[in-house]
Amino acid sequence: MRALVFERSLAKVAASRLAGSVVPGRGARFGPLRLASLSEPEPPGPDWMRVRPKLAGICGSDLATLDGHGSRYFEPLVSFPFVPGHEVVGELDDGARVVLEPVLGCQARGVHPPCPACAQGDTGDCERVAFGHLRPGLQTGYCADTGGGWSTAFVAHRSQLHPVPDSFSDRDAVMVEPTACAVHGALRVPTEGALVVVIGAGTLGLCTVAAVRRLGLPGTLVVVAKHPEQRRLATELGADLVVEPQGARRAVRLQTRSLAVDGRLTGGADVVIDCVGSARSLADALAVVRPRGQVVLLGMPEPFRTDLTPLWHREVALVGAYAYGSEPPAAGRARARTFALAFELVADAGLGRLVSATYPLERYREAVEHAASAGRQGGVKVAFDLRGQRATGERRARGAGA
Amino acid sequence: MSPRPGFVLETDRATPPTLFWHGEGWRLERLPPGSRIVYPPEPMEAVADPDEAVRQALAHPLGDSEPLADLLRPGMRLTIAFDDVSLPLPPMRPPDVRQRVIEAVLELAAAAGVDDVVLMAALSLHRRMTEAELRHALGHRVYEAFAPHGLLLQHDAEDPDGLVHLGCTDAGEDVEINKRAATSDLIVYVNINLVAMDGGHKSVATGLASYRSLRHHHNVRTLQHSRSLMDEHRSELHTSNWRMGRHIAASGIKVFQIETTLNTDTFPSQFAFLQRREWEWSGRDRATYLATSASLARTPARLARSIFHSIRSPHALTSVQAGEVEAVHARTLEHVHRQHVVPVEGQTDILTMGLPYICPYNVNSIMNPVLVMCLGLGYFFNLYRGKPLVRAGGVVIMSHPTPWEFHPVHHPSYIDFFDQVLAETTDPLEIEAKFEESFATDPWYVHLYRTSYAYHGVHPFYMWYWGAHALQHLGAVIVVGGDVAAVRRMGFKPASTLRDALEMAADVVGPDPSVTHIHAPPLLLADVE
Repeated sequence: MRALVFERSLAKVAASRLAGSVVPGRGARFGPLRLASLSEPEPPGPDWMRVRPKLAGICGSDLATLDGHGSRYFEPLVSFPFVPGHEVVGELDDGARVVLEPVLGCQARGVHPPCPACAQGDTGDCERVAFGHLRPGLQTGYCADTGGGWSTAFVAHRSQLHPVPDSFSDRDAVMVEPTACAVHGALRVPTEGALVVVIGAGTLGLCTVAAVRRLGLPGTLVVVAKHPEQRRLATELGADLVVEPQGARRAVRLQTRSLAVDGRLTGGADVVIDCVGSARSLADALAVVRPRGQVVLLGMPEPFRTDLTPLWHREVALVGAYAYGSEPPAAGRARARTFALAFELVADAGLGRLVSATYPLERYREAVEHAASAGRQGGVKVAFDLRGQRATGERRARGAGA
Repeated sequence: MSPRPGFVLETDRATPPTLFWHGEGWRLERLPPGSRIVYPPEPMEAVADPDEAVRQALAHPLGDSEPLADLLRPGMRLTIAFDDVSLPLPPMRPPDVRQRVIEAVLELAAAAGVDDVVLMAALSLHRRMTEAELRHALGHRVYEAFAPHGLLLQHDAEDPDGLVHLGCTDAGEDVEINKRAATSDLIVYVNINLVAMDGGHKSVATGLASYRSLRHHHNVRTLQHSRSLMDEHRSELHTSNWRMGRHIAASGIKVFQIETTLNTDTFPSQFAFLQRREWEWSGRDRATYLATSASLARTPARLARSIFHSIRSPHALTSVQAGEVEAVHARTLEHVHRQHVVPVEGQTDILTMGLPYICPYNVNSIMNPVLVMCLGLGYFFNLYRGKPLVRAGGVVIMSHPTPWEFHPVHHPSYIDFFDQVLAETTDPLEIEAKFEESFATDPWYVHLYRTSYAYHGVHPFYMWYWGAHALQHLGAVIVVGGDVAAVRRMGFKPASTLRDALEMAADVVGPDPSVTHIHAPPLLLADVE
């Protein structure tokens, strides 16, 4: 099979970090990612199935990894070499379409009894991601035993797979995983009737806008978006007000009728959801949240230094939001699987339209660079298109003697 | 030789290019043959002895007023209110006419033994004046005599303890004005009547009023029915102010109005070409034009702005009258009209105008896009009596760089107005209904208005409303040489050259349109038959 493989190589990681700091996404050219022909991974147990990806998205966390900006925190939670790709719609051997829920929780790892989080369905909080019969790997796409979506085949546990309704296009389906992240972030703290600010309007930000609007029932939803197309989409998806980053403080001040001291607001938004995860975005979040407000860190953070004095002084709650699992009951809704809510949201908000471009695996360098600059280029989600690629890819690989 | 009246020139192929103001600079533009250019009258002769003219006016008041000296007595409470930094434009060479008048009033007050005297800048919702601006308007002697003792005040339209509600007019309009002024035995109001819109009851009823009071006439409906703002008999804005002024008088508040008029000698001699007719330019004028244009082209915008705002106008006093408000203002208007009125026959399809660097609300500041709109569509468009210079459905072409730039201290609410309100709608009625109250009562804007040098939160709304009549009347507005994004944000069309603008305008008004250029400043008032 053909796959993009990420190997452990300190020299290449250093090269990717250097290249990625010059041009975002350039790490794919110089880093430890390569296109290879591999044997298909063997299913580790009877409940495992082979999945042939159709579309596999490129996520912000993938970009951070490829550009060498990711946190070393994850090192013991992944196993090398791995095939990236955790936003996947694929096909089983019987032709059924499935979406992957990539978290490798207790059930997939054969851990019995499951940890308390998995027992409750909160697989994102699994306490056994480095244990069980699989090598470490918090998700498919970071585990050496399973393969990943940036390939022509990988294996997944039955519990990780969700059937795709016929009404869903492949583009709709590949948006389910990022949408599930957004749903989880949007429901991480109560937002009903609140002034909510979403910082960032890439894939995660836009899905969060849709999730907050439809599931969180905010009083006012303000979105901070850098690029014109992002601003247009944020409005379409339900933002009440969309502002550029430099206008965020003014906009929140005006909405809250706050005073300001040397540019710092005295009041602020009830909830801020940071869908970027940078030092700048977190500082912005702390600058616009009200005293005793809540900041949800949804975008995967890079390692950075930041001044937490405002968090301390204003008694702000900083809440992380990672992945998915189950969501607590809310008005008119019982406890629900995050993915079930994500399927509904993708259909309701038409999030398949956020897929802006697809590439074959062979053009992975372009794909990654495009993904890293998608906002600037008027795009949102970039994905690999593996439909029909298996045969040609393998033929080409054989022809090249690989 | 007496000054020549204004007139309308019809251009032909031999007509030299026409001067268009363009912010901190100017351009020579060639108008299509057959276009009309409305030139202002030349500056009227100044009164020979301004100080004596002031003394005479105070001693021989108009209407049923007694001479000022007879109204002054020991133990009385006297408030002398004066027009703020928005007048005159550009600021005049010292001594400012307010200084002359106030010194004369203070002399009489001192002679009468009045010792409870306060000077008050009639800011309305404008920004507070800086010390330098107050010193310029009042002179150092007056400033030093009052400011250090806390007797030089600036009207605060948001001071809950500094306002008094005088009830409502017959039309239900709240009349709320400055408490110190209202509780004085006499208000002496010192005005500068640069254009016909100024003065009269508007001085006290607007200059010393609160938002609660102002909103009755500073609104879209009133301004759409002020046709024009320069014609008080056809201006709802004035009608409302007159009702309020009469209500104030009926409340027992006595106002002694002193109005002054200035001639249109607007620019200093080194810029003499700016107020000469192009075909009369001397070799020196042409050389100055070329030299200044070349120099400005190389000057950074911020420096150019600073140079222009340092211009002090040679404006000279043409009349001063004092006494009862309405009688005084009627006489004032005669002088204003004598200086400004130009008869114009018929309307035009396209009205062109070159907008200068200054308007009443950016003295020592930045002409932001909202103020460009206000100057063009609020002021220049309204420089008419009878009918608008441009026909209904016609096009206004304004020339101005229209930078997307705001003075953060002076115009904080303008930034939000431009970013958030105009991004959503440019319709004055929708803006008023949806956003005005929130901006007007925003505590941060109120704080900045009261303690910093910020225009009130609602001020950008008023600027937009000022152009509401024009927006309702016109088929399109085109801005030549403006920041494209800023122009579009306001719902106008950008054009890079006048020729392009004229072609775009023809798409709106049809082929072979009539074109009229309003050659201002210096200011004029078109009497359109």
